Amino acid sequence: MIRFKVNGKERSFDGDPEMPLLWYLRDVLGLTGTKFGCGMALCGACTVHRDGEAIRSCTTSMKNLGGAEITTIEGIAPLHPVQKAWLEIRVPQCGYCQSGQIMQAIAFLKTNKNPSDSDIDTVMSGNLCRCGTYQRIRAAIHSVAKHQAAKETA
Amino acid sequence: MKLIENVSRRKFLEGTLAGGVFILGARFIPEPLWAAEGEAALAPLQPSLWMSIASDGNVTIVAHRTEMGNGIKTSLPIVLADELGADWMRVKVEQALADPKYGDQETDTSHSVRDFFDVMRQTGAAGRLMLIRAAAAQWSVPPAECDTSEPHFVQHRSSGRKLGFGELAESAAKQPVPGRDELKLNPRSAWRYIGKDNHQLYDLPDMVNGKARYGIDQTVEGIVYAAVERPAVLGASVKSHDNKDALKVPDVKQTVVIKTFKPPCGHQPLGGVAVIADNTWAAFQGQKKLKVEWDNGSHEGYDSEQFRKTATETARKPGQVIRNIGDVDAAFRNGATILEAEYYTPHLAHASMEPPAAVVDVRGGKAYCWAPTQDPQQLQKTLADLLGIKPEDVICHVTLLGGGFGRKSFQDFVAEAAVLSLKLQKPVKVVWSREDDIRFCYYHPSAAMYFKAAVGPGGKPSAWLQRSVFQGSASTTDADVLYPGQDEIDNGWTDVPFDIPNYRAESGTARANVRIGWLRSVTNVFHAFGVQSFADELAHAARRDPVQYQLALLGPDRKIDFTGTKYQNYGAAPDQFPYDTARLRRVIEIAAEKSGWGKRSSDLGKGRGMGIAAHRCFLTYVATVVEVEVDGKGQVHIPNVWTAVDAGTVVSPDNVRYQFEGAAVFATSLALFGEITASNGAINQSNFNNYPIARMNRAPRHVEVHIVESEAPPAGVGEPGVPPFAPALCNAVFAATGKRLRELPLLKAKLV
Repeated sequence: MIRFKVNGKERSFDGDPEMPLLWYLRDVLGLTGTKFGCGMALCGACTVHRDGEAIRSCTTSMKNLGGAEITTIEGIAPLHPVQKAWLEIRVPQCGYCQSGQIMQAIAFLKTNKNPSDSDIDTVMSGNLCRCGTYQRIRAAIHSVAKHQAAKETA
Repeated sequence: MKLIENVSRRKFLEGTLAGGVFILGARFIPEPLWAAEGEAALAPLQPSLWMSIASDGNVTIVAHRTEMGNGIKTSLPIVLADELGADWMRVKVEQALADPKYGDQETDTSHSVRDFFDVMRQTGAAGRLMLIRAAAAQWSVPPAECDTSEPHFVQHRSSGRKLGFGELAESAAKQPVPGRDELKLNPRSAWRYIGKDNHQLYDLPDMVNGKARYGIDQTVEGIVYAAVERPAVLGASVKSHDNKDALKVPDVKQTVVIKTFKPPCGHQPLGGVAVIADNTWAAFQGQKKLKVEWDNGSHEGYDSEQFRKTATETARKPGQVIRNIGDVDAAFRNGATILEAEYYTPHLAHASMEPPAAVVDVRGGKAYCWAPTQDPQQLQKTLADLLGIKPEDVICHVTLLGGGFGRKSFQDFVAEAAVLSLKLQKPVKVVWSREDDIRFCYYHPSAAMYFKAAVGPGGKPSAWLQRSVFQGSASTTDADVLYPGQDEIDNGWTDVPFDIPNYRAESGTARANVRIGWLRSVTNVFHAFGVQSFADELAHAARRDPVQYQLALLGPDRKIDFTGTKYQNYGAAPDQFPYDTARLRRVIEIAAEKSGWGKRSSDLGKGRGMGIAAHRCFLTYVATVVEVEVDGKGQVHIPNVWTAVDAGTVVSPDNVRYQFEGAAVFATSLALFGEITASNGAINQSNFNNYPIARMNRAPRHVEVHIVESEAPPAGVGEPGVPPFAPALCNAVFAATGKRLRELPLLKAKLV
């Protein structure tokens, strides 16, 4: 029996230990905000937080989750400043990859409060978007950083 | 609630159709227009199947076309809301089921706004007039003294009295439905939302909080999950299969053989063996453990490298003449300088971020579907044929699409769920892995093109010959077809706009050995690449500035005469949507000006360059300037893109800008990386590691979109951004390196 938390709630799992977290979230818990894109950690659509850090849930087996605190897009307090920026800059087109983009951006902005374009590129290049929303993702991340900096100096 | 049925309304409709307001009249048969369903059916005022107003004032507008990042679930409803006088914040948009009563629902070919702009305006105006008449009757004043200048209210101008839409809903419903001749559409100056950036995408909030539900997110009570092992070779069938190891996977329940389609493939399942499980992961694992022996059949011999050689050879020989002006052969004999070039582009896969996935529940003689489909009525027909039921017994809920790009115009993945549900008598969810998606696509054709021009002293061609050879998508409905359909050859090939006295466009034969489909902007992708690259070659050969040369090629402003061709003009009436070269010239001039063409391009320095290309497709005129930087390793970076767009009347400018920003990234993917190959009939690529799409660090850094102000009727915006991009990029690479790229993707080119 594997015990862990998802969005603050205690959970346990005794199914196939090889099952990736992604499918547990989607098919067992019904948390479909986390998306399937590639199954090989190539696209980032399945990004969630483990203890605050961004991970790819499609290649994270359930057996490795003991004691972990998992946060999905559904567990992000609405409206998180990143979500707010996503709305203001109208980032999504089809929207499918955006849960992963947002989860990646939230984790990233915790570690880098004032990222340059090239910092953003380095981290966000792990998250694919076929609609091509990258320019607005970059702008939204800058906007969050700017607001946070303004808040801290205020 | 009694539905409003009104004879005058029928006349109105007849008049509308007879008046030719709907360009695609035959495809648009909205009888009975005055019905409603879903939440809309409960509301007092239902001036059409498109909208309703509830007593609390909330307006529901039906979106009958597919949302896949194109913004259409917002763009059409907001047109109706604007004419109605509604406050967009009080509008709920309801996705329509598949139903021919809405007219066309096939969301591709970039024609949603073009075909339904007037329908939405007239419906909104009819509703507004009924509200105004209801208020006027209550106040005993002439309706002409009332208006909706305050959103969601009818007001009496001189007395200042006003009534909310909710208060009026019931009495307005009792008003006779106005005829078309009574409707007064708002003038452009009174538009509140159309053409403005004051409304956001309808589903935007749900898209940032994880609540937006796509096809892959659907579930119903008692669902089972299926993954399908399909034959690598098109048309192959299961000879035998061993499911022992598959059944040992925890949560796997059983396997089911799916029959291979009888050609042509159409929208049918490919066939194979399905693994049924309690969750998606188990189904995927079971699929990997299956051992299947296949009867491969005739497509086993397909090799894309061999196709390339054959198609290139075919393009060197005369083909079917598509359009002819003057006599190119005579001009070629006249001893001018001759330039020739061959271009080639490979198969592509759509690779939408949401792979194909759908839920179907077949029970009681009906099929209930939840599907991310671009063509819900085709889905009804496909499932009706497969299940032996009537199309109207296929109840199709259209979900949000996690990207479509043309792939989800095909229904094979939903059909798999349907045949499995029929067999299992349970609701079934089929989910395709990324590998399934890349290996079993309806591929963009691979194309060989040949160009020959005779160039006179001023550098302008006196003769131009072009041949295109590619597999047509008609092969999905007629397996033996050798020439592409007129629509596909028209896309950027029949309609080359150059002013050249001797001109001939031809098309050659090619057999399809994989399923061929439509990918964002379809054959325009390679036709624009060939034509606009070759034009750039001629410009450089003549030592002329590429922008000036483009304008010279375009010649004097005119509407192109397609007499003597079968040109279909995207199904639009030529008098309403002529090919107007002045509009193409204008976007070229704007793109050049905004990019600082000339000054900027000459100051860029080593390894950098700018290129331009212009193209009209889906009735929209686009010019794109791309700036590249080729680094020491030969990698191409794209710091800047400037695009000018004339799409006629624009509903949502920000959405138009966004479609073109996105198209630049989509086109970057195909230009830099996109290549699907086949060996022994099987596709060699499988996931984003070997079929890469542009990541943030390789995508254009800055895309600037300039929309031409226009009162022309609305044209397409989803696709037209794609075609000019690759040639503009390759022309920029030539400017930067002196290397002419005649083949995509650039990944294969040695630039250093």
